[in-house]
Amino acid sequence: MTDILDPKFPPSGAAGAAGTVARETVEGGTARGRRVRVLSADLSAVGEPALWAFGGALALGIILIAAFLAMVAWNGFSTFWPKPIAQVELRDGTVIAGEPTRSGRYRPGDTVLTTLSDAQRAFIADKEGYSDRTLYKTANFDLHGNDFRWVSDFEVAEITFPPDFHLFERQQWGTFVGRVAGLTIDGQQRAFDHDLMQREQSAARDRFREMRRIERSEIGALNHRIEQERLAIRRAELRHGEGSPQAEALIAEAQANIAGFQQEFAALQARVAEIREVDRRHRVVLEDVGGRQVDTELSQIVRFYAANTVGPIDSLGIYLSRWWEFLSTEPREANTQGGVLPAIFGTVAMTLLMVIFVAPFGVITALYLREYAAQGRLTSIVRISVNNLAGVPSIVYGVFGLGFFAYTLGGSIDQLFYPEALPNPTFGKGGILWASLTLALLTVPVVIVASEEALSAVPRSMREGSLACGASKWQTIRYVVLPKALPGIMTGMILAMARGAGEVAPLMLVGVVKLAPALPIDGFFPFVHLDRSFMHLGFHIFDVGFQSRNSEAGKPMVFVTTLLLLALIVTMNATAITIRNRLKKRYAGGQF
Amino acid sequence: MTTATAPEPTVYHLRRSAEGSALDIRDFNLWYGKSQALHDINMEIQKGSVTALIGPSGCGKSTLLRCLNRMNDLIDDLRIDGQIQVGDFDIYGPGVDVIALRKRMGMVFQKPNPFAMSIYDNVVYPLRVDGVTKRSVLDETCERALRSAALWDEVKDRLKESALGMSGGQQQRLCIARGIASDPEVLLMDEPCSALDPIATLKIEELIHQLRGHYTIVIVTHNMQQAARVSDNTGFMYLGRLIEYGDTNTIFTNPKKKQTEDYVSGRFG
Repeated sequence: MTDILDPKFPPSGAAGAAGTVARETVEGGTARGRRVRVLSADLSAVGEPALWAFGGALALGIILIAAFLAMVAWNGFSTFWPKPIAQVELRDGTVIAGEPTRSGRYRPGDTVLTTLSDAQRAFIADKEGYSDRTLYKTANFDLHGNDFRWVSDFEVAEITFPPDFHLFERQQWGTFVGRVAGLTIDGQQRAFDHDLMQREQSAARDRFREMRRIERSEIGALNHRIEQERLAIRRAELRHGEGSPQAEALIAEAQANIAGFQQEFAALQARVAEIREVDRRHRVVLEDVGGRQVDTELSQIVRFYAANTVGPIDSLGIYLSRWWEFLSTEPREANTQGGVLPAIFGTVAMTLLMVIFVAPFGVITALYLREYAAQGRLTSIVRISVNNLAGVPSIVYGVFGLGFFAYTLGGSIDQLFYPEALPNPTFGKGGILWASLTLALLTVPVVIVASEEALSAVPRSMREGSLACGASKWQTIRYVVLPKALPGIMTGMILAMARGAGEVAPLMLVGVVKLAPALPIDGFFPFVHLDRSFMHLGFHIFDVGFQSRNSEAGKPMVFVTTLLLLALIVTMNATAITIRNRLKKRYAGGQF
Repeated sequence: MTTATAPEPTVYHLRRSAEGSALDIRDFNLWYGKSQALHDINMEIQKGSVTALIGPSGCGKSTLLRCLNRMNDLIDDLRIDGQIQVGDFDIYGPGVDVIALRKRMGMVFQKPNPFAMSIYDNVVYPLRVDGVTKRSVLDETCERALRSAALWDEVKDRLKESALGMSGGQQQRLCIARGIASDPEVLLMDEPCSALDPIATLKIEELIHQLRGHYTIVIVTHNMQQAARVSDNTGFMYLGRLIEYGDTNTIFTNPKKKQTEDYVSGRFG
């Protein structure tokens, strides 16, 4: 029954006016139509309080996530922007210089207070016992043995920003804060001139890269070939028996090859030595704020700029070049400097490999469970077990992957196919293959569950339609059920990918390393080396942030790497979602 | 649902046709687990005729229809007894190739169920699964089936578009085209108009009229007017039994049994 009530008088009394519809009468009003509201006397009958609670919880969750993303983005994006260098004169006469990194308030302890002068104590007392302090990145690790220094406000006598202070990023020993004390170009002393130094530094970097290239690619290739010949010798010995004539012949041939390679090796080394000789004659002397000097090759300077006088356009250039360096080069200085290219490569390669393994395996399992297996007790036990697998701690998968894939499977492969390399393991250790298989195992429950859902969502009428056309069960699955279920299956794959790309713990056991000497794909036959260990962005975050000698120095890198990992996962997911939507359209549009 | 009294025998108003029957159902019983869904069905469906099965919900008419192309095989725990002859072979006989059987029986379902493919691919699906790949054969079949289903003129310019973009009535006619694409002997229709509006229903009924004679059509319907309009013969089923079977005119105007009369005159059901 519907009552027409004045909204000012909500229904009262037990008779329940719970759920009664009250209409605001509009007689005499100008607006057409009327609003329909549900009024209720009984709170338990309305959903509003619950709705507020649910909505509040959702809002809280969104705010937390948004704040987290904002923090990562802010820290990540601001890290590479050039900061000014402050010269701080302390009351005790020491002078330090560095980039102000962050500030905070703290309460100086009694032992500190007793060492202070009355004026300083009064200064602290003014702030109710607290003092502000600032963390300066003083750099110059080779001179002081640390990179950072806290400076309390009451210690400071004067802060200036001298225009001739430069920030030098070095190939080794991290950054240097100071001035240029001397410049030697081709053995001759020259006066410091920013443009001249810039030119010479870029030429020196070219020489440096050339040396790197020869050492890495050419000498690397030679080493690879020499190693192949050594393995050939070992193989000949294993196959024909040590000391047999066939083995001797093969060994002699291999040794001749090695001798040839060693000559090439010597020639290359001579070339490197030549370049290095030139390099030694281009030097720069750096001087820190205390007057201590460091003499180094110009090629060791990766980047330098006058931190206090650099303009916004140059700053932007430095910012972009740092990003480019970060994305396109290898790490240096225990991963706290340089780039993360091998880690990006490793993360993407491992995730793609994982998808290649998990997709057929998960989908076929789901097909069997849903379409072929008799739906009985055994099937439900299997199904429950699969769901439970999703709850196993990922480190357990890591242990399993190491024990089963690397040691058992990989060990057997080594015995069978790579006996000449033993006792050095080839596949019998962690590697990208085993890592992606382990992750495939970890994510396969997600794919199975999602695929099963997608398959069971295909309407029965469609299957019947196909069967009534004289299609076999397999044809029905192949042409009608699978295309229809494919978007749902893809959703499962996307979830699995997101899970797999962000996983770190099991990888530490089955193939991720702090610094991989070579990428899993390179120019040497067979080009794809699935046995190699690799770097991973997730592990990189853990390593730089919490395992390095100087975690404060690695902190900005943690944010930047987190930002990058998030961006990478978002990109991969977006790609997968685009592919899914294309498929959806394509199968709706009809390809047989 | 008591069967305390012995069931009365089915009343037939039909004589055995001279040119033989398309389908001959003999002493057919069917059980879902322990409950019997069909009792002693004896029914001869004439070649080239339109035969309607009517009766209240749950009377077994759809079950009977789905036995004709063995769609019920998908259900576990199903037992049958008796035989259904198509020509000279028994549908439930030993060693019957169900797939071959279904190719001889087109089927149209209650709800339009086009596949998520193009219109063209939908129509030629029975041929494709039969292994036909020759383009000319497929093209020709597609056009013939769509023309037979009175859909050709509406869709000939968008054969490559998704079948899911068509209206409900078009989809159902597409399903009919798919059902007759492989040129079956029998076309089974399981309440083909129940999900359609009156105009689409009218089109389907016209289509059934056109197809009469080319195919033997068995149609299950809830709609007695429809049965009266489209069918040559009508069988009335109740509680798993065939109560009365004969030419449509007789069933609707001069039924022998009280149950039939009550049902067709709308007094129950």
